[in-house]
Amino acid sequence: MDAEHVRDCWSCSLGSERTMNPYVTGTSVLAVKYRDGILMAADMGGSYGSTLRYKTIERIKPIGKHSLLGASGEISDFQEILRYLDELILYDNMWDDGNSLGPKELHNYLTRVMYNRRNKFNPLWNSLVLGGVKNGQKYLGMVSMLGVSFEENHVATGFGNHLARPILRDEWNENLSFEDAVKLLEKCMRVLLYRDRSPVNKLQIVKITEEGTTNFPPYSLKTFWGFESYENPTVGEHVPLNCIRIRL
Amino acid sequence: MSKATIDLPPKGGFSFDLCRRNDMLSKKGVRPPSYRKTGTTIVGIIFQDGVILGADTRATEGPIVCDKNCEKIHYMAPNIYCCGAGTAADTEAVTDMVSSQLQLHRYHTGRESRVVTALTFLKRHLFNYQGHVQAALVLGGVDFTGPHLHTIYPHGSTDTLPFATMGSGSLAAMSVFESKYREGLTKDEGINLVSEAICAGIFNDLGSGSNVDICVITKGHKEYLRNHLLPNADVYALKREYTFPKKTEVLLTKITPLRAKVKIIEGGDAMEE
Repeated sequence: MDAEHVRDCWSCSLGSERTMNPYVTGTSVLAVKYRDGILMAADMGGSYGSTLRYKTIERIKPIGKHSLLGASGEISDFQEILRYLDELILYDNMWDDGNSLGPKELHNYLTRVMYNRRNKFNPLWNSLVLGGVKNGQKYLGMVSMLGVSFEENHVATGFGNHLARPILRDEWNENLSFEDAVKLLEKCMRVLLYRDRSPVNKLQIVKITEEGTTNFPPYSLKTFWGFESYENPTVGEHVPLNCIRIRL
Repeated sequence: MSKATIDLPPKGGFSFDLCRRNDMLSKKGVRPPSYRKTGTTIVGIIFQDGVILGADTRATEGPIVCDKNCEKIHYMAPNIYCCGAGTAADTEAVTDMVSSQLQLHRYHTGRESRVVTALTFLKRHLFNYQGHVQAALVLGGVDFTGPHLHTIYPHGSTDTLPFATMGSGSLAAMSVFESKYREGLTKDEGINLVSEAICAGIFNDLGSGSNVDICVITKGHKEYLRNHLLPNADVYALKREYTFPKKTEVLLTKITPLRAKVKIIEGGDAMEE
């Protein structure tokens, strides 16, 4: 029973009510724990298939007082998740008991939601990155669309798994200052910009510390295209016409 | 017209006669053997005096590592080397074949081989076989026109680049190059950068592993550093500083001559045949 057959079964007379393909997608999200909290970076592009349709999508949003949620994958599913979390936070605030949901709790909630949806063969097509600081404790974790969830010191979704993880694994350390963490994320985002086809050169970086969330204005990365080989790729491939030929 | 279907000799290229049978067999559950691939990280860079090629040394057969220390940097000409990723048999056969062709070409022209010659031989062969020869190559060398680095894809397309990576670990290695490469590297900086890129492949990709091989090619000179780095050395092997004696200990030696116990009868009956 291959995928096409399954799709035909489900999308019968009622039309398909299950997510089979993502339509408007965002690419990788990167996040690191640094000395004072969590730093998360993503580009601001939303692709409609292979068209770069939207260029100012904020894929990192603050949730409650203590957390940040970044998502790659289907944008509409991300917006749905934000609505679920909105309800959750609202409900929690209404208790007015001085307690608020921290990143660990939100991560757990999201894991349950994603896993349950996958079990119904109707996944929320996202890879979520959840980071935050509560009571001095930093937390950074990831949930995939299959419900795979884990906690780590540095995470990357999508293409970032292949391109950014090696750099993060090599160069991350416990005591990164804010500037160093930004440099590290920029280094990774630059590689992604060169080698992933989907990102837009417009970075959104958000930091969260015990004091709260700081949204930085979006900016672009400098790229370098001046290699000699790029300017003269066919050097040596033919003898130039003005060269003297010696006949033996 | 009884001679209508003459058995023509095959015109070259692959014969796809058994494909239908293979399809039928796989539907019945008989899976074909997996090829020995070099799920790999291979890289090359141009530095100030020439080219540096690097490769890991793991060869896999599906999920099993079949060779922990294979050689992926193949000789093409005294001034040209080629790293190969993809099906191991294909990379070896293709590089061997083109190496011989280059030697014949050298005899014919009386000159040192050029990298673009090797490139053209390889790409013509691979395009001819329409991607069925699964060899992805990083070709590098220094000839009289200067240092050259090319990548060749299984279908026959080529790229000329200042730094290149191929294989399953290519993304991990490329992330190192894109963040750290610059023009005009010295030989030591180049070797370090290449080692870092291969290590990124070794540690972050499951298809690559074991050791780092490096080949430095400059004008008129080459250095093949086999197993330049061994980041996965067998550190957990027991380092014995004592040895067990190779036989049981002798506690006591007593020799009893047998003659005293046996009565020898001279001239007895002959033995029966």
